[in-house]
Parts: sequence; C-alpha cells; structure tokens
Amino acid sequence: MDALDVARWQFGVTTVYHFLFVPLTIGLSVLVAILQTLWHRTGDEKYLKLTKFYGKLFLINFAMGVVTGIVQEFQFGMNWSDYSRFVGDIFGAPLAIEALVAFFLESTFIGLWIFGWDRLPARLHLASIWAAAIGTNLSAYFILAANSFMQNPVGYRYNPDTGRAELTDFVAVLTNKVALITFPHTIAGAFLVAGSLLVAVALWHLIRNRDSADTPAYRFAARFGSWVTLVAATVVVITGDIQGKIMTQVQPMKMAAAEGLYSTESPASFSVLTIGSLDGSRELFAIKIPYLLSYLGTGDPNGTVQGINDLQALYSAQYGAGSYTPIIPVTYWSFRLMIGFGLAAAAIALLVLWSQRKGRTPTSRWLLRAGLVMPILPLLANSFGWIFTEMGRQPWIVFGEMLTRDGVSRSVSLTEVLTSFTAFTLIYAVLAVIEVKLLIRYAKAGVPDVTPTPEPDDTDDAERPLAFAY
Amino acid sequence: MLFTGYFILEGFDFGVGMLLPVLGRDDKERRVMINTIGPVWDGNEVWLITAGGAMFAAFPEWYATLFSGFYLPLLLILLALIARGVAFEYRHKRPEATWKRRWDNAIFVGSLVPAILWGVAFANILRGVPLDAEHEYVGGLLNLLNPYALLGGATTAALFATHGAVFVALKTVGDIRARAAALAVRLGVAAAVLAVAFLSWTLTIRSSTAAVVLAVGAALALLGGLAAATVRREGWAFTGTAAAIGLAVATLFAALFPNVLPSTLDPAGTLTATNAASTPYTLTIMTWVAVFFTPIVLAYQGWTYWVFRKRIGVAHIPQH
Ligand code: HDD
Ligand code: HEM
Ligand code: HEM
Repeated sequence: MDALDVARWQFGVTTVYHFLFVPLTIGLSVLVAILQTLWHRTGDEKYLKLTKFYGKLFLINFAMGVVTGIVQEFQFGMNWSDYSRFVGDIFGAPLAIEALVAFFLESTFIGLWIFGWDRLPARLHLASIWAAAIGTNLSAYFILAANSFMQNPVGYRYNPDTGRAELTDFVAVLTNKVALITFPHTIAGAFLVAGSLLVAVALWHLIRNRDSADTPAYRFAARFGSWVTLVAATVVVITGDIQGKIMTQVQPMKMAAAEGLYSTESPASFSVLTIGSLDGSRELFAIKIPYLLSYLGTGDPNGTVQGINDLQALYSAQYGAGSYTPIIPVTYWSFRLMIGFGLAAAAIALLVLWSQRKGRTPTSRWLLRAGLVMPILPLLANSFGWIFTEMGRQPWIVFGEMLTRDGVSRSVSLTEVLTSFTAFTLIYAVLAVIEVKLLIRYAKAGVPDVTPTPEPDDTDDAERPLAFAY
Repeated sequence: MLFTGYFILEGFDFGVGMLLPVLGRDDKERRVMINTIGPVWDGNEVWLITAGGAMFAAFPEWYATLFSGFYLPLLLILLALIARGVAFEYRHKRPEATWKRRWDNAIFVGSLVPAILWGVAFANILRGVPLDAEHEYVGGLLNLLNPYALLGGATTAALFATHGAVFVALKTVGDIRARAAALAVRLGVAAAVLAVAFLSWTLTIRSSTAAVVLAVGAALALLGGLAAATVRREGWAFTGTAAAIGLAVATLFAALFPNVLPSTLDPAGTLTATNAASTPYTLTIMTWVAVFFTPIVLAYQGWTYWVFRKRIGVAHIPQH
C-alpha cells in the first residue's frame, strides 16, 4: 500500500459519497419547483403540502451535497497536485465558472427560498426555487465538461517546455461530444432517483394510512413520481446507447472492458451475466444476446468491436510498454449493475402506476416493500455508472495524456493521506447515519398542515414570528 | 480578490458561530444568532469555493503547491466546514436538548478552527515556506506552526469574532443586541492590538509602499469601527470591521506581490504571479467571465441582504 493507493481510495470514497446526494439535489430541486408552480397556478392546497413536504427532504439532502462538494473542490490540489499542475489551465476554468455562475445562484436563492416564505411576494418566491434548480443543473454541466476532458481531451495542446497541457479552444472543451451526451444521461439518472423518492414516500403513506385526508396528495405524488421515473428511464437508455457509441470511438478499451471482450469480434454479443473466472478470461456459463454489443458500440448489429488483447498491443506500441487494461471484473460488473438497478426502478414505477389504475388505491404489502427499495436502486445505478466510467478510464487520469500514478501529490506522505482518508471516512459514515435517520423521520411525519394560523390582532407586522427559522 | 470577499463575508458568520456559546444564553437566543446568518452563510461560503476554483484556473501551480503543502491544516478546515454546514441545517430538526447542544458545539468548533487556521495559512504564505526547485513543499507540519503564523491565527480569530459581534448587534433587537454591542467593543480592543502587532511584523518581513498604506488603512478602519461600536452606531461599526478585514487581506497580497508563495529554501522554488499563472488565453477567458458575472452575483447577494434586512429578536422565533 502506498500513498497513491490511499489517495485513489480516498478520491473514490469521497466522490461516490458526494454523488449519493447530488442526484437527489438535481432532480428534487426541479420536482419541488414544479410542485410549487402547480400550487401557484391552481391554488390547490395539496400541492402546497407536497412542496413543503418534499422541500424539507430536499433541504436535508442538500446540506450534505454542499459540504461534501467543498471537499471535492479542494482535493484536486491536496491529493492530485501534479495532475492539477498538468491540467489546471483547462480543468480549472469550468470549475471556477461552475462556482461563479452556478453555485452562487443556487446557494443564494436556496437561502431566499428557505427563509422567504413570508418575506417575498409569491411570484418571486417561486422564482427563487426555479433559480436554485437552474443553478444546480447548470453546475452539473460544468463539472461534467471538466470530467469529459479527462475522458476525451479536446481543445488543448501539450506544451513540451512547461510540461503542461494548455487550453487552445475553450468552446471545444465545453462542447466536447462526451460532455454533450454525459450531461443528459447523468441528469436523467438524477431524475430517476428523485422520481423514485417521490414514489417511495408517497406509497408508504398511501398503504399505511388508507383513508386519510391527505390521500389525494399522496396519490398525486406517487403517480407523478412514477411518470418522472419512467420518462427518466427512457431518456437514460437512449442517451446511454449514444454514449456507448461515442465511448467506443474515443475509448475503445472501455467498451471492451465493459464486456470483458478479449479478442476482436464482429458481430459481438452482449452477455447479461457470466459465471467463470473473475476477470472473464474463462467462462463456464453465460447468457448472451447476440449482436447487441456490436449494436451498442457501433450502431450496426454486425459492427466490429475491438478486443482487449488487440487494444493492449496497440497502446503498448503507441505509449510504451505497460498495462493499459482496466480491472475487468470491476468494469464488467459495474456496467451491468448500472443498467440492471436502473431498469428495476423503472419496472417498479410501472407497477405503481398499474396499482393506481382507474382511481384505485394500492394496498399490497409487496408493492410497499418494492416501493421502499425503489429509490436505493437508481442511487446504486448512478454510483456504479460512475465507478464504471472512472475505473474504465484507468490507468489514465487524462486519457492518452497522463497516467493516474503520475498525477498524485508528491509532497503528501502516506501518513497524511491515511489520516485524511480515515477522517473523511469516519465523519462521512457518522453523517450518513444522521442524515438517513432524519430523512426517515421527516418522511414518516408526512405532509405538513398548511392552514394559516390566525393572527392575534394586537401584534403588528414587525412583531410577527418568522414563518421559518432555523 | 475573491479571498477578500470571502473573509469579509464569511468572517462575520464565523464570528457569529464562535460567539454562539458566549452570547447565546439559551436556545432561543442561539436561534436568534443563527438566524441572523441563516439565509446567507451558504452564499458566503461559495466565495471560498469560487476562490478555490479561480485559483485552480488562474494559478494552477499555486493551487497545487499550496493545498498539497498545507495538507493537514486544510484537512482540518474542511472537516470543520463540513461539521458546521450540516449543523446549521440539522440543529433544529429534532427537539432534544442534547441533539441541539451537540450541533451548537459543532458550529462553535467549526467556526473557530477555520477562523484560526486561515490566519495561520495566510501568515505562512506571506512568510514563505520551504519549496524545492519543482515547487514541491518540503517542510513538515511543524514548520507551519511558527510564532508569526500563530499570531496571524489569533489575529484572524479576534477580527472575525469582533466582526461577528458587530453583526449580531446590527441584526438583532433587545437584550442580546446590547450584550453583543458591549462584547464587540471588548473584542475589538483585543483584535486591534493583535492586528497592529501582526501587520507590523508582516511589514518587517516583506513590505512595499502600497502594503504600508493598506496596513495603516486597515488599522484606521478597525479603530473607526470600534469608535462607532462604542457609540452604538452599528451600521458604521460593521462597515469599519468589514473594511478592516478587507484592507488587512489586501495588505498581505500587496506585501507579497509579485510573489504568491515565496520559497525559503531555493529561490527557484518561489511561485510568482507569473510562473504560477495559466496561459494568457485561459486568463482572458476567466477575466471576461468574472467581469460579466461578478456584478450579477453581487447584485443578487446584495438584494438578499435587503430582503432580510429586518432585525430579529427572541420574539420572532417560532415555537418549532
Ligand atoms: C440511474 C442511473 C443510470 C441508468 C439506469 C443507466 N445509466 Fe449509464 N451511467 C449513469 C447512470 C445510469 C451515470 C452514473 O450517470 C454515468 C456515469 C458517467 C456518466 O456519464 O453517466 C453512466 C455512464 C454510462 C456509460 C459510460 C460513458 C463513458 O464512460 O464515457 C455508458 C456507455 C452508459 N452509461 C450506458 C448506459 C446504458 C446503455 C444504459 C441502459 C440501458 C444505462 N447506461 C443506464
Ligand atoms: C465530474 C466530475 C468528476 C471528476 C472531475 C472526476 C475526476 C476523478 C479523478 C481526478 C480521479 C482520481 C484518479 C483516479 O483515482 O483515477 C477519479 C477517480 C474516481 N472517480 Fe471520478 N470524477 C468525477 C466524478 C465522479 C463521480 C460523480 C463518481 C461517482 C459517483 C466518480 C467516481 C470515481 C471513482 C470510484 C474513482 C476511483 C477510481 C480509482 O481509484 O481508480 N467520479 N475521478
Ligand atoms: C469531482 C468533481 C466535483 C467537484 C469539484 C464538485 C464540487 C462541488 C462543490 C464545491 C459543491 C458545494 C456547492 C455549494 O456550497 O453550494 C458541490 C455540490 C454539488 N455538486 Fe459537486 N462536485 C463534483 C462532482 C459533481 C458531479 C459529477 C455533479 C453532477 C453531475 C455535481 C453536482 C453537484 C450538485 C448538484 C451539488 C449540490 C449542491 C450545490 O450545488 O450547492 N458535483 N459540488
């Protein structure tokens, strides 16, 4: 074990952790904004209740997204200083713009939204949540553009004098074809999570508490959430398919690693699952769908998909001796788990819609159980998708330009990384327990009572308590 | 520039956090204090994130060397910010007194630690640290804990505490306002002594005419703020402490310029505004983005302060 390994583990753990909160923030901010807009338009109290209810869950989650994001912003310099030196000219710009353009928008307007219920005119208050939602989604674009540079470097040149990559075309960085497709795929993945959360919470109340006054509100939330989930799942599949083709062009090794395809094949089949040696070099049993991998990779059912061995030989000739193959079991299984978990959530959404057909109220305990695991599925799918993307890029930190092991900070000792890794893991574990407990507590509490409390006549406006206070 | 904005703004919310156990006698008073910064602390913190991002974009070498070199202090700052950020949001989420007390402690420690460590870090930047010819930091942790840097830490902590007390006095009514105002004066005297000592020491390490002018300006602003606090002109007092912090940060950068991180070992290791910078192309883009968006950000953040301009007191805190 050396400092590099620990730094990689730390990056992996903190980033996957950050991304547990991110999808919910991205998706739920928009869904809450939609709910509030519905209330604004119709004046129907059930939408107000849902806005406040899911808004609270959103905020509990949001706090964690923010604090774990700050770690992200600094750990490139802390742990990956040689990487930062190498790409700072390019990579720093989207990060800085993200903060200036997106985070300010979002954090300021979230503050206005939280505390502004009685301070802002209704329209401005509604505009605040939209501004925050737009900020959140914008932030995803810039960070994904930065990440896409690592997958498919564009718009730069290598300066041999300074040993750094230098930006030559910023527009090319922002319109990297990998970024353009990663963005809708990731956003759709986020809505899959947010839609599922809506369903899970609403279903719990629907089935546990059948004839409550709030049943219409929960019915609406369950159906709305299911539709969001289904649409998001469709978009995820379509964009994922396009992503597969782009990936085959720019990082053929990743596609070969996704399938554990050792020798070049045309047509290539896609295995749903394989039992054999762990790295897939020997298989005992496999369920295969013929032509599918060729289609996924090239758009042509008979297309050629390059195999790992050929690519390894090619890269060795191009970049010098060494292994250019990612860890196959990780890429193989993370790719399948991403797809599988995501589609499972969509299937449950279909069941929920079915259970409510023609005004019925769902009663099944089985459905309740399925509904409760529902949000966990796309959350895992997102994590596995990222693990696949990032591990499939290995050994590169910037594809074709810099190896991960060359990016690590030389001045940070093993003891230091171990300290920080332990500290982050511990504090993150404690916070995870607290956050999940709070989420469950508030989810169980159900939609709030929104009937305005009558004002005692003798208090004038200045003395009135705040509508919301920490 | 961005760090100046960050310290002025987050300076007071660190201050409020540090004073929580001092000024907040009971739960209601502590809630009043937290609510004075409630709508704005996250926006203030984004100044730090933007400063980090801008540093990465404009001075990648500086970003890389500084953050890997100051690894453990930065780790502590991050842990503190995590605890504090979650605490604001979670403390009122359960009624139990122990729950609240724990988060109050998190806010206190989470505000105090960065308030000290930013001072330590900036003092070390000014003093210079051992960098080898490749700009790698080669000193250990203890190297960062020298008397000058510790004085820097004490200074920022005192300044932020004063700034926070003035802010509480400015934003509240009733008993707590009076106590905050009285505390601001006492803290302000301590901060003034520390600041004068620290800035004088700074100017003996490195200096320039601009730095001297700025340092004198910082001292005057702080004294002016103190005077205003004594006569209970809270708006002016706050302007004074804000200007003092801004000018003090400016002093440090003016004294440093053109260096951004001097090396005490190998002069070739010194990072300057030139050799740490990005290419002109990237700098041009960043400048345009900043010129265009900073005023917009300032406008809507300013508007937020306007929306929440009302003073609050114990009476305003709802039951839940
Ligand atoms: C709920 C989440 C979810 C679901 C159901 C799917 N994905 Fe996905 N996928 C992601 C969430 C995700 C992600 C976490 O958001 C990733 C990581 C990086 C990215 O761009 O999106 C990802 C990456 C990713 C990549 C890697 C891109 C690269 O490294 O360049 C490919 C090829 C696909 N996906 C393809 C698919 C296909 C064909 C799917 C279904 C049939 C699919 N994904 C379902
Ligand atoms: C878009 C922003 C992102 C950027 C710029 C980024 C960048 C990086 C960098 C610099 C590394 C370290 C080098 C390495 O260990 O390979 C890394 C590794 C990693 N990232 Fe990402 N990442 C991003 C998003 C994510 C997300 C959202 C996840 C997961 C939810 C993720 C999962 C991982 C994992 C698991 C590793 C560890 C891989 C390993 O240790 O080999 N990344 N990424
Ligand atoms: C490894 C690279 C990443 C960095 C440096 C990073 C940075 C940050 C920072 C600094 C925050 C806190 C912002 C605040 O205080 O308001 C944050 C939160 C957030 N990040 Fe990340 N992040 C990374 C990965 C990602 C990815 C891959 C996405 C989405 C696709 C993402 C989307 C978000 C969102 C939606 C939030 C919610 C809170 C907020 O924006 O304020 N981040 N991130």
